[in-house]
Amino acid sequence: MERKVVIPGEVIVEGEDYLPGENTEKRDGKVVSLRYGLAEEQNNLVKVIALSGVYAPRRGNVVVGKIENITQNGWIVDIGCAESAFLSINEVPRYVNKDAMEEVFKIDDMVIAKIWSIGKRGIDLSIKSRGLGKISEGIIFKINPNTVPRVIGKEGSMIKIIKEGTGCNIDIAQNGFVVIEGENIGIEIFAKKVVDFITEKPFISGLTEKVTKFIEENKK
Amino acid sequence: MDKVMTTPEPTGERIKKYLREGKRFDGRSLLDFRKITIEKNISKKSEGSVKVKIGKTEMVVGVKLDVSAPYADSPNKGNLMVTAEMLPLSSQRFEAGPPKFDAIELGRVTDRGIRESKFINLEKLCIKEGEKVWTVFVDIYSINDDGNLMDAATIGAVAALKIAKMPKYDEESGKVVYGELSENNIPLTESFPIAVSVHKIGESLIVDPTRQEEDLSECRVTLTNNKGEISSLQKSESKELDVEEMKNIFEISEEASKKILKKIEDNLK
Repeated sequence: MERKVVIPGEVIVEGEDYLPGENTEKRDGKVVSLRYGLAEEQNNLVKVIALSGVYAPRRGNVVVGKIENITQNGWIVDIGCAESAFLSINEVPRYVNKDAMEEVFKIDDMVIAKIWSIGKRGIDLSIKSRGLGKISEGIIFKINPNTVPRVIGKEGSMIKIIKEGTGCNIDIAQNGFVVIEGENIGIEIFAKKVVDFITEKPFISGLTEKVTKFIEENKK
Repeated sequence: MDKVMTTPEPTGERIKKYLREGKRFDGRSLLDFRKITIEKNISKKSEGSVKVKIGKTEMVVGVKLDVSAPYADSPNKGNLMVTAEMLPLSSQRFEAGPPKFDAIELGRVTDRGIRESKFINLEKLCIKEGEKVWTVFVDIYSINDDGNLMDAATIGAVAALKIAKMPKYDEESGKVVYGELSENNIPLTESFPIAVSVHKIGESLIVDPTRQEEDLSECRVTLTNNKGEISSLQKSESKELDVEEMKNIFEISEEASKKILKKIEDNLK
C-alpha cells in the first residue's frame, strides 16, 4: 500500500488480514484512522503518522520550556502541553539557595530539560544530564511538534545535514522547540530557514536530497 | 495572560541586535511591509467583504448596511459602526468572550481613522432627515495573528467599503431588501485613510512587525494618513518618544502609506 494522507474516520484498508497500529482503530473489519496524518502499512500492520495535534509528553523526552512560576521547592515550567511540568531543586545539579531561587532560573527563562517521570501528580523534569539547563543564547522558535521526527531524520541524519550545511549548533526538543546557535545571526537565520523549509512540507518523499539542494542553493 | 509563549529573551536580544544593524529576521529592511494581498467578496451574505493578508497575518472584514434612526446630534448623517474581534482561532493569546482591551483598541482606532478622514460621505447616507438613515456596519475578524493586526484592519475596512454595494431599499414598507444588491457603491469621498503603525524597539523604529517583533515593541504609534494629511493618531505602550523620533514617525508613516495605497489599488483592480 502506498503512503496516503488520511483524516479521522477515514477507512484506510478493509479486510481481516490487517492489524490496527498507532493512531488507528478496527471497526467492523475495517481499519479506520483516528488522526489526520500519513497512513502506511508494514507487514499487515497499519499505522498513521500524525501531522497535526498537540504535543503528548512521554518519559525520556527532551523538551524546552518556559519558567512560569517559582515555588518552595522548585519551578513550574510550561512545556506547551495541557499540564505544566515541575522542575524540583533536587533535580538541579548544583547548590540552590532556597532564598534566592531566581538566581538559578527566573520567570520567563527558557530551559531545556528531560522528562524523567509522568505520574498522577504531573510531569517531573530533570536537568541532571549533559546539555540540559538554561538557554542563554540563540534563536528559539516553535515548530509543529508532529514534524520533529522529520527534522531529526532517521538516526539524526537530517539534523546532521543541517548542522554541517549551516555550521550552527541545533537542539530540537520533542515538544517542537528548536534552539539554534551559531557564530553570527546571519547563519542562525539561514538554519531557521532550512528548518522552516522542512516543516512546510513534511510529507514529501526524497526530503533529504531536497534539503541538501536547498542548502547548497541558498548558501552564500 | 498565562499559558502563552512570548518571544524568549535570547531570541529577543538577537532581534534587537540585528535591528541595530538595520536588518530583520525575514530579510526585510526596517521600513518594508510584508506582501499584502486582498481577496474580494469572500462572503455571500455581506454587502462587501475582503480577506486581507499581510505576510502570515490574516483578517476578514465585512460590510453590512441597515436602515435605522440617526443619532440626535447628527440628524442628517448616516451612522458608522466599526467592531473588531480577535478570534481565539487566530492566536493562542486570544480567548473567547467579550472584547478585551486590545480588541476594543483595534476597533476604535480603525473607526476613528475612517470617521475622521471623512472617507464615507455620511450626509449622502441620509434617507429622511431625523427619521431614517443608513447605518454602515464594519466587522473585523482576525483569522491569523502574525503581528500588525492594526494596519491590516484599516486596509481591510477601507477595501471592503470600497467594493461594497448598497442593498435595495423598499420605500413603501421602509425595509431593506436583503439579498438584492443595487449597482450603487457606498457614497465615498476622495479621501483614502491608511493606518501605519510605527513601533519602537530599542533605538530602532520599524513598521509592520511580525509577532516576535511586536512582543518586543516598547511603544507603538498608529497614524492614519489620508493622502498626506493626518486624520488620527494613537500612541500605545509606556515608552516615551522624543521630538526627533516623533518627526521621524510622521515621515515614515507618510512614506509607507503611499506604498500601501498603491498596493491596495493594485489589488482592487
